[in-house]
Amino acid sequence: MKRYSAFAIAREAMRNHTGWDRAWAKREPKKKYDVIIVGAGGHGLATAYYLGKNFGITNVAILEKGWLGGGNTGRNTTIIRSNYLQDPSAAIYEKSRSLYETMSQDLNYNVMFSPRGVIMLAQTQHEVRGYKRTAHANALQGVTTEWIDPARVKELCPIMNIDGPRYPVLGGLWQARGGTARHDAVAWGYARACSDMGMDVIQQCEVKGVRQENGKVVGVDTTKGSIDCDKLGLVVAGHSGVMAQMAGFRLPIESVALQALVSEPIKPAMDIVVMANTVHGYLSQSDKGEMVIGGGTDAYNNYTQRGSFHHIEETVRALVETFPMLARLKMLRQWGGIVDVTGDRSPILSKTPVDGIFVNCGWGTGGFKAIPGSGWAMAELIAKGQSPLTDEFSMFRFREGKFIDESVAAGVAH
Amino acid sequence: MLILHCPYCGVDADETDLHAGGEAHLKREGPASSDEDFEDYLFMRENPKGVHFERWRHGYGCGKWFLAARCTNTLEVFGTYPAQTLEPPQDIKDKITAKRPGWSWGNFQ
Repeated sequence: MKRYSAFAIAREAMRNHTGWDRAWAKREPKKKYDVIIVGAGGHGLATAYYLGKNFGITNVAILEKGWLGGGNTGRNTTIIRSNYLQDPSAAIYEKSRSLYETMSQDLNYNVMFSPRGVIMLAQTQHEVRGYKRTAHANALQGVTTEWIDPARVKELCPIMNIDGPRYPVLGGLWQARGGTARHDAVAWGYARACSDMGMDVIQQCEVKGVRQENGKVVGVDTTKGSIDCDKLGLVVAGHSGVMAQMAGFRLPIESVALQALVSEPIKPAMDIVVMANTVHGYLSQSDKGEMVIGGGTDAYNNYTQRGSFHHIEETVRALVETFPMLARLKMLRQWGGIVDVTGDRSPILSKTPVDGIFVNCGWGTGGFKAIPGSGWAMAELIAKGQSPLTDEFSMFRFREGKFIDESVAAGVAH
Repeated sequence: MLILHCPYCGVDADETDLHAGGEAHLKREGPASSDEDFEDYLFMRENPKGVHFERWRHGYGCGKWFLAARCTNTLEVFGTYPAQTLEPPQDIKDKITAKRPGWSWGNFQ
């Protein structure tokens, strides 16, 4: 792999950019791998990357039915934060956020991590109490957050109207180290690093069946033929239920559509991320100048990757009160992704009833921020069969009532 | 936007008039049941890419619960029927079979 650098850009500028390599190799599947990861989104690629980097396991294939990073990795609103209430969540999300800080250097790929700060707005008394509690919990967990008053919110985000009649801003939970990153670059950077370690990233290769012998996984059947493996990692987000069905077990997961939209590009107006959880509106400004708006999920199961228009209307209607300038903007694009939601709104990183199959799913509406931490933990789980970061996130926790309840703590949003 | 026919008041209701209530035909478990059964009832869910049965409430209408047979992959609606039943009526099953031969869902097919 040729390293990217300022020198490389200068060198290529001198020869009409004819010397760039493919970022990752296009490969056909081999007969057998030590580990197959299903799903070449951020989480799947990060899992493969840390399998190689931390555990030296490089005989790995990453199978993708569509194109690399074309699912939720390319459809989210790129928010990165770690201000969760419960200890297991804080541990894995903070690990993740800290890995984002050095990701560009680690991968030699600019993921444009921008720790611009994230406010979660409190617009009801309930949220005020909830976020103060989260701030105290974060202090104990070693996650730097603080409760800020409305004047400070206004100072951080001058375009905000804090005196709205329906949703006045009563304060906020501020995480200065949160921010955004370029979502596609995260997938591309990991894919390039995986390919460089000799792993095979195989696109347009859909898994059609999971082969087992004596309760242990032995391989998968795909649209590119049968491939053997010792261990199988299912990291397919919205389609986790479909994959679990192939493998012969059920998951406590429902797949629903989540939407986002962007406005026309405008001059810099807002240099932080604001999450208004009461109204399900999440707002930031991209480097291109578009206002990036995340909405709420639909309430019913859906695999169509498009959501209901009325959710967009509800989100924008509520945001206009808090951000009056939005009323004058045209919206450019709207899209949806299929998110896998668990009963307690926390993810599943777990062994499964089938020996050798591991599952990483249930990130629901907030998976992007967790990509490096999830990959780090999942790699350890696959390599060693156990990881301190994943212990609490077993798929069997529901049976025992050991929930990691973030649906209340995070005010629904993720 | 989804439009579902309310089997009680006969209105074709927009999604915004309705409230989604999750999986239909759940078997309720009580205090005497095993942990596995209770887990199944409370958390494990059918999550098919295809034929699905759901509970809906006509919230801004008659306020009653009904059940719907729907495809989660195409958003096609096969039909709706009253909630006071343990399994989908035969005519709905026939409609699904005509469009999705070989379908199955939980114990139904």
